[in-house]
Amino acid sequence: MAISDNRLLASLRDVSIETNGRALISHVGLDVHAGEIITLIGPNGAGKTTLLRALLGLQAVTSGTVHRARGLRVGYMPQRLQIDPIIPLSVQRFLTLSRRTSQQDVQRSLKEVGAAHVQEQSLHVISGGELQRVLLARALMCQPDLLILDEPAQGVDVVGQSDLYTLIGSIRDRYGCGVLMVSHDLHLVMEAADSVICLNQHVCCTGHPEAVSQHPEYLKLFGDAPLKGLAVYTHAHDHEHNLHGDVVPLAESEEKEQHEGHDHE
Amino acid sequence: MNDFLIRALLAGVAVALIAGPLGSFVVWRRLAYFGDTLAHSALLGVALGFLLGVSVNLAVIAVCLSIAILLVIFQQKQQLANDTLLGILAHAALSLGLVAMSFIEGVRVDLMAYLFGDILAITSHDLAWIYGGSVLALLILLALWRPLLSMTVHEELARVEGVPVTWVNIGLMLLIAIVVAVAMKIIGILLITALLIIPAATARRLAGGPEQMAVVAALLGCAAVGGGLMMSLRWDTPAGPSIVVVAAILFVVINLLPIFGRRSRT
Repeated sequence: MAISDNRLLASLRDVSIETNGRALISHVGLDVHAGEIITLIGPNGAGKTTLLRALLGLQAVTSGTVHRARGLRVGYMPQRLQIDPIIPLSVQRFLTLSRRTSQQDVQRSLKEVGAAHVQEQSLHVISGGELQRVLLARALMCQPDLLILDEPAQGVDVVGQSDLYTLIGSIRDRYGCGVLMVSHDLHLVMEAADSVICLNQHVCCTGHPEAVSQHPEYLKLFGDAPLKGLAVYTHAHDHEHNLHGDVVPLAESEEKEQHEGHDHE
Repeated sequence: MNDFLIRALLAGVAVALIAGPLGSFVVWRRLAYFGDTLAHSALLGVALGFLLGVSVNLAVIAVCLSIAILLVIFQQKQQLANDTLLGILAHAALSLGLVAMSFIEGVRVDLMAYLFGDILAITSHDLAWIYGGSVLALLILLALWRPLLSMTVHEELARVEGVPVTWVNIGLMLLIAIVVAVAMKIIGILLITALLIIPAATARRLAGGPEQMAVVAALLGCAAVGGGLMMSLRWDTPAGPSIVVVAAILFVVINLLPIFGRRSRT
């Protein structure tokens, strides 16, 4: 990676979060540096969104510390945007909600995410993929040091997802910002991601997907890899979790017993 | 035109101008029952004002704010649904107000005037209060507009972008309390919510943006006040309810006429 500035933007140290006596996250540590893309994966209820919210300061932690660099500008893309149609809102107005911004600036940021054509349209009529791009544009409006994206590709078809991940990679390259994102599409993570964290209330394992992309399992799944920008993060645990078996090839479960924790092929 | 009619019109227009934009937020944030609860508690404020010998208007604002804070505390502690909680508070406060009213001796209080408004009995003193309150409320709303709209669209996004959500929320409650106190004499405690939500809901069909909706709601409110007063004058109907009837007729007409439907998708 050609980014020299890789200062620490935000971190979690031994963070645990409980609500009503139920542990949502236990003893999680995480560092996000500038210019780095970290992808969080894990099953439903693994605490991925809770972790993001803790890092954003939206969720109080039960124990441990949350650190954000002083003056850190954060662009946040929430998981689901359901805006009540009772509020008449165009894309242009939506992007100027947080600060006064000229029409040209809005146009520029929409162009950057490939959604310039929806600027004058109502937020309630654009497609799911367009909405995700508009949300990304809003996250970029504050020229963030850190982008926190909660399932940026949800509701987007597979080709669109590939485009969106490529776009996120190019945004990182251009601005050198750090990116922490949640991917629900288990085992489909960005090739450009620097590391993948598998979370199931605690950090199960972390790894570098680049190495994994040469893995026979990857080639077996994608063949000639028609979807550039996507890689398969194949990994195993030294303990049991049922990770939505549908994407995991059978071969992995056969190998399961032989892996030690934090060991990836 | 008679003096009392001019005063009534001026007072009604002032309230409609603030009720439109504020009512838009009530509609967007689903606060109709919340507004109703605050309005119901206003009677307790009236009674306390008389009993303690302090300004009735300020007592109303104080009671409304107390009820709002009480509601927030209950919301955080109780497992009850919001509408249940609002129902309990609204009717408890209204009943408490009616009970407290019965303790007032000496001064004859016209209960009906507080419940349904008495716009034709507005004095110059009332008018000064109504304009002071409305202008103050409009200024606060203008100052809070951007953060309030931002958190209405998406609260967490607004919080991440630096909106002090708790303070803005308190500001909104204060605004509703002021408007309840201002509108009480005009439209009455039981009908204030109607003036907040009906013009705003009607404006939705005509507006392409949030600011446009607020302005259109204010204008529709003015039209309802004018129409209601005319109706009251011509057929000797009660003024407050007549204003609400006209507002409701506008709502039905504008929603039924296909000509206005073009903008409703934006």
